[in-house]
Amino acid sequence: MAAALNGALRDAMRDDGDVLVFGEDVGPLGGVFRITDGLTAEFGAERCFDTPLAEAGIVGLAVGLAMGGFRPVVEMQFDAFAYPAFEQIVSHVAKARNRTRGRMNLPLVIRIPFGGGIGGVEHHSDSSEAYYAHTPGLKVVTPATAEDAYWLLRDAVADPDPVVFMEPKRLYWARGELDRGARSAAPLGRAVVRRPGRDATVVAYGPAVPVALEAAREAAAEGVELEVVDLRSVVPLDDATVTASVRRTGRCVVVQEAQGFAGVGAEVAARVQERCFHSLAAPVLRVAGFDVPYPPPVVERAHLPGVGRVLDAVFRLQFDDEPDRTHEVSERAREVSRVAS
Amino acid sequence: MSSLTSRGTVDRLLPSFSPVRVVAEDGVPLAAPEAYELPADALLVDAFRRMVVGRRFDAQATVLTRQGRLAVYPSSRGQEACQIASALALRGEDWLFPTYRDSVALLARGLDPVEILTLLRGEWHCGYDPAAWRTAPQCTPLATQTVHAVGLADALRRRGRGGVVLALVGDGGTSEGDFHEALNFAGVLRAPVVFLVQNNGYAISVPLARQSAAPALAFKGVGYGVASEQVDGNDLVATLAVVTAAVERARAGEGPFLVEAHTYRVEPHTNADDATRYREETEVARWRAADPLARLERYLRGRGLLADGGVAAAEEEAERVAGEVRERLGGEMEADPLEMFRHVFAEPTPQLVEQRALLAAELAADAEGGER
Repeated sequence: MAAALNGALRDAMRDDGDVLVFGEDVGPLGGVFRITDGLTAEFGAERCFDTPLAEAGIVGLAVGLAMGGFRPVVEMQFDAFAYPAFEQIVSHVAKARNRTRGRMNLPLVIRIPFGGGIGGVEHHSDSSEAYYAHTPGLKVVTPATAEDAYWLLRDAVADPDPVVFMEPKRLYWARGELDRGARSAAPLGRAVVRRPGRDATVVAYGPAVPVALEAAREAAAEGVELEVVDLRSVVPLDDATVTASVRRTGRCVVVQEAQGFAGVGAEVAARVQERCFHSLAAPVLRVAGFDVPYPPPVVERAHLPGVGRVLDAVFRLQFDDEPDRTHEVSERAREVSRVAS
Repeated sequence: MSSLTSRGTVDRLLPSFSPVRVVAEDGVPLAAPEAYELPADALLVDAFRRMVVGRRFDAQATVLTRQGRLAVYPSSRGQEACQIASALALRGEDWLFPTYRDSVALLARGLDPVEILTLLRGEWHCGYDPAAWRTAPQCTPLATQTVHAVGLADALRRRGRGGVVLALVGDGGTSEGDFHEALNFAGVLRAPVVFLVQNNGYAISVPLARQSAAPALAFKGVGYGVASEQVDGNDLVATLAVVTAAVERARAGEGPFLVEAHTYRVEPHTNADDATRYREETEVARWRAADPLARLERYLRGRGLLADGGVAAAEEEAERVAGEVRERLGGEMEADPLEMFRHVFAEPTPQLVEQRALLAAELAADAEGGER
């Protein structure tokens, strides 16, 4: 996937001289994940350059350059290091079009490597997509395949609106097919069915997509056919594709790596039950990270929603028409815990 | 490589130790500062006219808040010299990045008075086209616009067709992180940008002494390699000379510049503020006596550049502008609630399309109900 992202930046810079790439260590080093490798060598330090170490400044600089007719693509080094730029992103990047009545748009891309699973020390593994998705005016995109990494990033750079482009770190080294000459990838804003299945729909995005697909393979061995929908873009959200799938299967599990509370999965689950209530044979379930600060590498495997947790959710979808008692178990556990303390 | 910093390098970045001043408070010319070329006489007469109009416009806007025609108005009274100088130091191809307290600068730049007040009426958008006026939307989140100014200055440099950016900020804004990041980026990029700090003594209620321990705010430049100056911001002649020099220096490719203009916010923070809770009337009275408009008038009269006729003509123009503002803002503000959805994205998301349809149905039902 890293090579696909690098190729997308390279091709975007070749096609449009106004595309600029900048951030921390993106120049000669090529970025800490090497996504900008070779860009300074090919396009010069005027078009791919290192900035001072200040994220609000980086995004603010991008705002000014976009006002001046350029198409900046900035890199935030890690998810949690993008927070100093939050005010710039929320108060300016997201609102420029609105606060000028459509006269000033900011076609810029903020690339953020996000999520865990790479043994990162603290502040290097946050899933921050919900903060951005909650902000009107931002598109929020996350690829799960090499092909999508390339084409969605090309789409993001060409988009007239600002795009927060969230790159799942743990998929940087994932291998996949990519034909840069002939596009088969769906456009930005559309979800796709990654694997068809009749028994239940598993909705996932970014780093959770490979987990969902592996769960589908294992479920198939048990005779349960899961349909896996990859959202690809959290904003705009493709309700139509998700809804069509759930109406076919009648059951739905939403999987995300991020902590679950007030997250993207909660939004998807709510929308599914609003739109598909009469097609549903079981409650929509969420599989998510726990509501804890991202844990240290030594226990992150216990935190990350894995195949087992997805399958557990799938088999709670009342295929035998028995009510799901999991929450009663939870309540009993709380009672035991209360008495014990 | 030597780690020694030469004294000369530092000295070239430092401001004067006392603010540059050309005209005394009583309007008497002082010895002309060697480092600055004084503005042409005709420009000073024009500046006087714009100050008269600006002050009248400002007073009219404050009155409109009392009548409920404006939601809020942060007055520029007392800061007219800084704001007129900002506008007059720039050429057409240059950009201005104003804050919410720079209405008089926008008026002097030629923007339509009603468009200037659009945001303050309670609209969600700035009334003007930023690209057409090379003027960014008035910025409310403090100092956030200073980094945009650096980016736009870098864009102008890249296009190679000239142009300088002037970013306005207040004394309180210099405490914000973005101000420091902007100075740092500007220094590193050698961007053609000038920062003008209107130090009006207060950030709402907090006086400068609680804001910064710097010898003067202009000294914040040197740490970022940004040349700097401080000027008497109630002296139009000095402020225009210093800001123009900074702008032309940036235009010549000599890098960014920081100007601190010492001035005073004569009115409360906004019409909704009560300044008697945090400052003495004697202090305000002292600054009223240092009024920039009266000082310029006395100076121009003393030099024979202005007489009763010129003052009367300026006041007549000011009344005309105030009358136009009154008239055009007299009616009810018309707003289409459905426009809320139009400028979120270039193409609305499916969710926005649904929400718009929901609101349209509500509005239609309300309208139908109202007719019965």
